[in-house]
Amino acid sequence: MAIVSRGFGGRRRGGDEKLPPGQYLVTDFPVLSAGPTPRVNLDTWELRIAAETGQSRSWDWAAFRQLPHEDITVDLHCVTKWSKLGTAWRGVSLDTLLDGVATDAEFALARSYGGYTTNLPLADLLGGQAWIAFSYDRADLDPEHGGPARLLVPHLYLWKSAKWVRSIDLLTKDQPGFWESLGYHNYGDPWREQRYWGD
Amino acid sequence: MARTAVLGRLTWQVATVTAVRVQTPTARTIVLNVPGWPGHRAGQHVDVKLTAPDGYSAQRSYSIASPPGATTLELTVQRLADGEVSPYLADVLEPGDQLELRGPIGGWFVWEPTSPGPVLLVAGGSGVVPLMAMIRTRARTGSRAPFRLIYSVREPDTALYAGELAGLAAADAGLDLTYVYTRSTPLGWPLPAGRINTDILTAGQAAPPGLAVFVCGPTGFVEAAADLLVDAGYDAQTIKTERFGPSGGQP
Amino acid sequence: MTTHLDGNALAGALRELFTVDITTATGQCVSCGTTGAMGQTHVYMDAPGLVARCPACGEVVLRLTRSADRAWLDLRGITCLQVQLPASGET
Repeated sequence: MAIVSRGFGGRRRGGDEKLPPGQYLVTDFPVLSAGPTPRVNLDTWELRIAAETGQSRSWDWAAFRQLPHEDITVDLHCVTKWSKLGTAWRGVSLDTLLDGVATDAEFALARSYGGYTTNLPLADLLGGQAWIAFSYDRADLDPEHGGPARLLVPHLYLWKSAKWVRSIDLLTKDQPGFWESLGYHNYGDPWREQRYWGD
Repeated sequence: MARTAVLGRLTWQVATVTAVRVQTPTARTIVLNVPGWPGHRAGQHVDVKLTAPDGYSAQRSYSIASPPGATTLELTVQRLADGEVSPYLADVLEPGDQLELRGPIGGWFVWEPTSPGPVLLVAGGSGVVPLMAMIRTRARTGSRAPFRLIYSVREPDTALYAGELAGLAAADAGLDLTYVYTRSTPLGWPLPAGRINTDILTAGQAAPPGLAVFVCGPTGFVEAAADLLVDAGYDAQTIKTERFGPSGGQP
Repeated sequence: MTTHLDGNALAGALRELFTVDITTATGQCVSCGTTGAMGQTHVYMDAPGLVARCPACGEVVLRLTRSADRAWLDLRGITCLQVQLPASGET
């Protein structure tokens, strides 16, 4: 039984851009977090990809930064309803990182420094859909936004783009991550407004 | 003895604004008639929800400024320049308008007038609101618990309830009032502007037995004050903090 | 915002689900064993959900998400909640 508050419009700016259903446009870059910002030392930073076979590969920061990278411009859609369009990132494609990995896995679980996890189908990490990003807006990625490196999967809600990523496990059985195990949709397609279980 | 009543599940209810009172150039008190208000305890807050015509809603928490037992409920709202809800409450809302709220909320950051022990209240800016509810409750009930308020503000113009606090402190030796001005001081103030420090907080003394401490304000202020007290040997278990943050607080 | 609020910030959300005030209930952290009032937890609310962390070890003790018509609550981070109730014979 919500009453309408006379004269209240809220902060949102409706854009004439085409946004996914229920989203509004922002021009700042909100910081959302489930805990304190991890401070990750580049000397000890490591990114690991582990297949279900037990085989894994990993890169320290120097090795990671030697990998071929791309500049991309993408739109971000957060499940808390804000969208930010045309954001510029630089990162290493998951196609590069997963190239040559032998696996029958269909699922992936990204793990972050600080304990956060999120899951998605392996297919959604491939085909030019996902990056490990280390630079935003032509500067080093700020710790508040996931630096030194975060997962970036812009075709899904932003909670799938795990900040402070440290590893990606390839799994034969899907494993719901931090928010997926607490009511958030297992897949999270913003264009089908898949925010919560059952959507 | 902590109250142990079992409460009903919290639901939204509609309150009507009966009056507004300017407190400072950037803050005002909203006086509300809330039908069936169950009563509250000093230090508790309410959640306020605003709904736009298209269904968009925003929700924030506000500390209750009025003491238990008053016939109307009062909230004091500080306008934040980049706030979404506070400019509406501080500038647009008028007597006759309705507001959705739920409460009272919070059983931990509260002071009971039956507690005889000394109390140290440390306020940063609008963090004084729940502490003022405690001071008003003390005055209303005739409690003789020794109260000390340390109120940190940027400049004299931004201090809330200045006249009322001065009157209460002048009339009652059991209420001690100390201001800290961080940007500019009143004319003739004996100290330069500066932040809160250990001497001001403790008056050079160890914690009196049975002391309860309540610290409220922006996160940075609360952390600084609490750390200073703990470093001075005050028992962390006796210090209750309420941080006003960007969500759940008072933007 | 990655600084936290105090445990009383979760009071409102949990009062939608419980008839008792959770902030005065005590819990024991599953990770480090520290016991304390839920009001003393460190609460992160600027997220798709609400997360309360142990003030001693930082591990998650409580999580809550909320859609328009459902709430999901995870209390696995505490061994149990101890809630003060009126003694029999009182109201």
